[in-house]
Amino acid sequence: MDIKNKTYSNVLVLSPVGRIDHANSEDFRNGVAPFIDRCKTDGERIVLDLAGVDYISSAGLRCFMLAEKQARAQGGLVVVAAMQPVVKEIFEISRFTLVFETFATVREAIAKVSPAALKAYQA
Amino acid sequence: MLVRFWGTRGSIPVALTSADIRRKIEAALALAIAQGVDSPDKLRSFIANDLDFSLSQTYGGHSPCVQIETNRAGYLACDMGSGARAFGGRIMSSPQSGPVEVDVLMSHVHWDHIMGFPFFAPAYVPGARIRIFGCHDVLEKAFRLQQSAPCFPVDFSRLAANIEFVKLEAGKTVDIAGFRVTPKLQRHTGDSYGYRLERDGKAIVYSTDSEHKLEDPSETDAFVEFFRNADLVIFDAMYSLLEAVSVKEDWGHSSNMVGVELAQLAHVKHLCMFHHEPAFDDQRIQSVLNETIRFEQLTRGSQALMVSAAFDGMEIEV
Repeated sequence: MDIKNKTYSNVLVLSPVGRIDHANSEDFRNGVAPFIDRCKTDGERIVLDLAGVDYISSAGLRCFMLAEKQARAQGGLVVVAAMQPVVKEIFEISRFTLVFETFATVREAIAKVSPAALKAYQA
Repeated sequence: MLVRFWGTRGSIPVALTSADIRRKIEAALALAIAQGVDSPDKLRSFIANDLDFSLSQTYGGHSPCVQIETNRAGYLACDMGSGARAFGGRIMSSPQSGPVEVDVLMSHVHWDHIMGFPFFAPAYVPGARIRIFGCHDVLEKAFRLQQSAPCFPVDFSRLAANIEFVKLEAGKTVDIAGFRVTPKLQRHTGDSYGYRLERDGKAIVYSTDSEHKLEDPSETDAFVEFFRNADLVIFDAMYSLLEAVSVKEDWGHSSNMVGVELAQLAHVKHLCMFHHEPAFDDQRIQSVLNETIRFEQLTRGSQALMVSAAFDGMEIEV
C-alpha cells in the first residue's frame, strides 16, 4: 500500500492512501512498522495523516492499535489527523477516539505535538 | 421459523433497579409533558411512537437462552442460561399432546450458559425427554457439577426427566428437531461452538461467545462461509472494537463492528447483536445499536443489512 512519509523536525507525517481493510491491513502494518520503531522517547513523533484514506475496517483499526501500543511502550507518540467524515465516524463508533488524540488538520496535530516542527512545516 | 429470545445478556444475569425504573419514568414523563400529552389516546400513541425503546421497555437481563420454533411437537433451544427458567415455564403452561420433548444446542458450558437448567421445569417432569447436544467432552460433567452439593439442593440424579447428552462434531451436519444443524468451533476460553441451522431454504446462525482475531484472513473467511447468506445471525457483540482489540483481547468475545463486517461479507440479511455486556444499561445498549446501524449504513455494499439488538422476549420471524 502506498504510504507517503515526510519529516518536519522531530515529527514524521505518514500519509496512507486508499482503503485500509481486511485485504491490505497487513500491508499497512508492515508499511508503517519501520517508522513506528523510530517513534520512541527523544525520537520522532508520528502524525497519521488520513486525508487520503476513505475507509478503515476493523482489521485496519487493529493495526492502528498495535502501532500506538508499541509507540507508547517505547515512550513515543502517535496521533491522527485530517480524517475524512466517514473515517471520523468509524473512529468514533469503534471508540478509538478514546486512545488516539485526533486533529482536524495535520497542521493542528503538528502544532500540538511539536511547536518546533510547526516552523519546519510552515516553511 | 420463529426465533424467541429468553435470555440475551452475557456473563451474568442483571436486573433493573428501582432507581433505573424511576429514571425511565421521569424521563418519559418529562417528554410527555413537553409534547402536550393530555389524554389516554395521546398517551398510547406517545408510548408507541415517540418513546425510545430504552425508556419504554428494557433489554432484559437473563443470560443466554434462545428458542427456535420447530415444525413439530418438540422444542428446540440454544443454551440454558438463566432465560431457560421462563422458557421452561412457557413449555409447562402450553398444551401438550404427549410427553414434553426438548432439544438443546450448547455453545459451551460456562456458567452463564448452563445456570438456568436447574430451574428448567421440564427437567423435573417424569416422562419428559431432554436431549442436550454439544461438542464438549465435559458437557454432561458440567451439568451434573452445577447441581452437586453444596452448590444446589437438588442433585442432577434426582431430575425426573429422561435426560440424554449427545456429542456432536464440528463441521459434521446432523438432523435435530427438523433442522440440518452444523456446529463450528469458535475462539473462546475452553472453546465454544456456533450452530448453523437450516430448514425449508432458511438459515439461522447462533454464534455467541466467539472472539474474532482480525490478523488471520483464513479465520475470517471460515466465518464468512459459516454465515453465508444466512437469514439471521445471532452474534456476540459484547464489546466495542477498541475493547476487543485492547484491554479485553483474548477474553473470548467480539464487537458490533466485526459483526457488521462479517455479516456484510457473507450477505447476511439480519444481524442480531447478542450477549450484551452486563455493565450496560438500556440506554447504553440502545446507543450501541444506533451506532451499529449507522456503521452499517456507512459501510453498506449492494445489499442492506438489518441490524437489531436482542432483548428478553424478542421474537424474530425468519
